[in-house]
Amino acid sequence: MVIEEGLREAGHDRVTIVTDMRMLMRQVLQADPDAILIDLENPNRDVLEQMFLVLRSVRRPVAMFVDQSDRASMEAAIDAGVSAYVVKGMRKERVKPVLDMAISRFNVFHRLREELDRTKRQPEDRKVIERAKGILMKSRGLSEDEAYSLLRKTAMNESQRVAEVAQSPVTAAKLLG
Amino acid sequence: MRVEAEVEIVGTAKADVRLTLGYIPPVDCATLIVARDNGFARHEGLALSLVKETSWANIRDRVMLGQFDAAHMLGRLPIAATLGIGHPPAPMIAPFSLGLGGDAITVSSELFAHIEGAPEGPAEMGRALAQAIARRRRQDAAPLTFGVVHAFSGHNYEHRYWLAAAGVDPDRDARIAVLPPPLMVQALAEGHVDGFCVGELWNSLAVEAGLGVILVTKASIWKHGPEKMLGLRADFAERQPEALAALLRAMHRAAEWAGRADNHDELAGMLATPDCLNTSAEIVLRALSGRLVRKAGEAPQATPDFLVFHASAANFPWESHALWFYSQMARWRQVAFSSAEVDTVRRVYRPDLYRAALAGIGVDLPRANAKVEGALTRPTPVASRLGAVVLGPDGFFDGRLFAPDRIEAYIASFNPA
Repeated sequence: MVIEEGLREAGHDRVTIVTDMRMLMRQVLQADPDAILIDLENPNRDVLEQMFLVLRSVRRPVAMFVDQSDRASMEAAIDAGVSAYVVKGMRKERVKPVLDMAISRFNVFHRLREELDRTKRQPEDRKVIERAKGILMKSRGLSEDEAYSLLRKTAMNESQRVAEVAQSPVTAAKLLG
Repeated sequence: MRVEAEVEIVGTAKADVRLTLGYIPPVDCATLIVARDNGFARHEGLALSLVKETSWANIRDRVMLGQFDAAHMLGRLPIAATLGIGHPPAPMIAPFSLGLGGDAITVSSELFAHIEGAPEGPAEMGRALAQAIARRRRQDAAPLTFGVVHAFSGHNYEHRYWLAAAGVDPDRDARIAVLPPPLMVQALAEGHVDGFCVGELWNSLAVEAGLGVILVTKASIWKHGPEKMLGLRADFAERQPEALAALLRAMHRAAEWAGRADNHDELAGMLATPDCLNTSAEIVLRALSGRLVRKAGEAPQATPDFLVFHASAANFPWESHALWFYSQMARWRQVAFSSAEVDTVRRVYRPDLYRAALAGIGVDLPRANAKVEGALTRPTPVASRLGAVVLGPDGFFDGRLFAPDRIEAYIASFNPA
């Protein structure tokens, strides 16, 4: 396969090919890839997108193969947010530059996006974290620092943001009155 | 209405505007197929070419890239694209609704056996499922997994709405997984999911294979609730306003044709072909007629308004539908609610373009652009240009009302602070 050869010759020797799409999330987490390439004909693209939406930490650049040719339309695709369109029947030397472009474009976009999200969420996040800390301090007899590090540790283990983890005790406390 | 005679006449005229449209095969792509195959597009001077796609992500990308002029889309897709969730914002619009309803929730025969009494009605069925889930939890069984077709699909929101109303937290008490529709039935057979919420024909195929039982239909969760839209890039409306108006008129006539019961046998045959849904006409006819077989071997049950292509202003792109979807995106934390975004979302659905396109052909249209969803408990005449528009019923099964101008309070009512 041209793509795999192209990647290996460019020095990328950790290439994992996923054929069984069940347990896709587990396979992606295990391989922990820098980028994911997927055939456009594969209906599991929607599954990948959902995964990125739920688990922000596994969000990766995705490049796709399609029989579309010129460089201009590929760049248009990348600017539109499609990480990369790789030409079917392309020469293997082209694989790496295309992938590099996809990754760098992806990183720029997601840095901007995350900054935006952070500023939008901050006040609300702080409120829920403060509440969760209070609940943990009261129910488990922790100090404020201990309560926060428990939240942070859980967040890291579950690949979530601290505010997302903090939501659970707050919701639970509400339900339990 | 047959237009063969007219097609004969315009057939000699030059069909000079070529449009490429993408679609994915649930049954509700019908209006596109009818517009192409029964001459409605050609009557408007359009040569339609339809491309079958494999994922909603491809549909969105190819519309974004201009490879498709328009496409059969999940109604939330143009909203998510415009807001730029997961990718740079790509302004899209949705000027035409391709139909109401058409979805159902199916569970495996094994899970069905654990739902005691299998009562009628979505509220009762939801409670029975909630009890089955509670029993499983006491036995330390793994949470149930339900498949939906896309993170921004109506299926996802309907399914969550129904579960949550029955007291089941869809994220804590169950798992919601995204699965491509063509793999749903297989996933049910292999035990990877315990049920799914999807548009027809996949529910009927699971029933037919003896693998699943249809529990509830979308028509019973939200009567006359919206589904797919015709979606396109916002700049298309500026660049080719006449082509768009012609397309909307063709779609209007195609939907009118597809909605007529006496055309359903013919339509089922058109949709069942290998190029389109690749199944038997009998299976397609179940969705078209609303006579679903809920469980293998049982007689079909009539589900009123299961899938509505045209009646009840089904093609009208209600701003309140767009805003309801946004309310659910915020409820399930796919977006952080912002009142600035509410205005952006409202402008994605375009009743103005729909009205403008149909202005000259004597079609009656509602006067309002938005309505209180759930307010109509029976078919009700509403203010319209010619006084003949009858809407609804449009109620949610739990009796909640969605007033679009009080969207923030509505979202908060699900997540009490």
